[in-house]
Amino acid sequence: MSIVPAPLLRFYHRMASPPHFYSFADKLLPWFVVIFVLLAVSGLYMGLYLAPTDYQQGDSYRIIYIHVPAAWMSLFVYVVMAISGAIGLIWRMKIADVVAISSAPIGASFTFIALVTGSLWGKPMWGTWWVWDARLTSELILLFLYLGVISLYGAIEDKRTASRAISILALVGVVNIPIIHYSVEWWNTLHQGATVAKMDKPSIHIDMLIPLLLMATAFKFYYGIAMLLVAKVEILKREENSQWVQKLVEETNE
Amino acid sequence: MTPLKKQRLILILLMMAGVATAVTFALKAFNENLMYFFSTTEVVAGKAPEQAKFRLGGMVVEGSIERPDNGLMVRFVLTDYSKQVTVEYIGILPDLFREGQGIVANGRLNKQNVFIAEEVLAKHDENYMPPEVAESLKNKEKDLGEPQITGQ
Repeated sequence: MSIVPAPLLRFYHRMASPPHFYSFADKLLPWFVVIFVLLAVSGLYMGLYLAPTDYQQGDSYRIIYIHVPAAWMSLFVYVVMAISGAIGLIWRMKIADVVAISSAPIGASFTFIALVTGSLWGKPMWGTWWVWDARLTSELILLFLYLGVISLYGAIEDKRTASRAISILALVGVVNIPIIHYSVEWWNTLHQGATVAKMDKPSIHIDMLIPLLLMATAFKFYYGIAMLLVAKVEILKREENSQWVQKLVEETNE
Repeated sequence: MTPLKKQRLILILLMMAGVATAVTFALKAFNENLMYFFSTTEVVAGKAPEQAKFRLGGMVVEGSIERPDNGLMVRFVLTDYSKQVTVEYIGILPDLFREGQGIVANGRLNKQNVFIAEEVLAKHDENYMPPEVAESLKNKEKDLGEPQITGQ
């Protein structure tokens, strides 16, 4: 009597158990590292060396190979954080709580990178480091939301209560995500409109687009790596008194 | 799903719907203030503030850039393909400033309805292409008589 197929449900229940998730992360990590290195090296080589220069910006446009994937990830990670927060709230799933809080510092870093690289590009191209237009301001608010989540979690002693609090904060902040994405359409902004993520075909030459998509995928895997590493530590901290962690510590000490 | 979990799910959805509605109303109320610049049509229609500083955005009209006294003072015409506004500016222009390019200028109107800019920012469009492609698009534009590169 369930709409979810049985194998998926089994996978979900197994993932809900911290020791299983812990060993699953260990198995996943080396693969993620290999894929990330392959994608990032080929993406950077194609983007910084093979891709043609832009007709207006010359070589300065190449910062998009960092800026755009970082900006996309800042939104993606936030959505992941909010969804796992919701799962944690509704089903009281420990691993979802762990994924939510482990994503926050990574998402904050992506947002910070997007803001800084954008600012570095903005000075020569626009003629200013920063303007208070809708896109830049809403992205800055996203950074503050991430920082709010991190500090709120740190401020509450009991980590289960803390997880509930940050899940609610993350869910409230979700409203900012469509605002960031559509800000360039709804209002006049100095920031240009969407190049790739729109209904029309991308307004970027294919030789420039491929490395961009490679870098975007590489960033996804980087997030996977970073999040699993942080999540592993978080699981150990939360489960330090449980038997399987004690056993793990004994095994490592031998 | 147990009733308790269903209840929590509904509570979360209600909370998000509430927040979304509140933010939508707030943004609607501040819509004007969230616009980064006025268009030339709005300025000609007198919607821009007369005394205060404001930002004006538009495309630099081809062939309109002139330097009357060979100094840093530059004069050009901005358009949104409907109405035009003349802009004067003394200072260094950004890299992307050129004819046919979208720009945003910050300043105020003088009595002759000339916009005296204190700051000029270039607005980049969303097109990325190699110079050869831009060149061939431009040639095609001449043949077809319609713009192939559309930018703000």
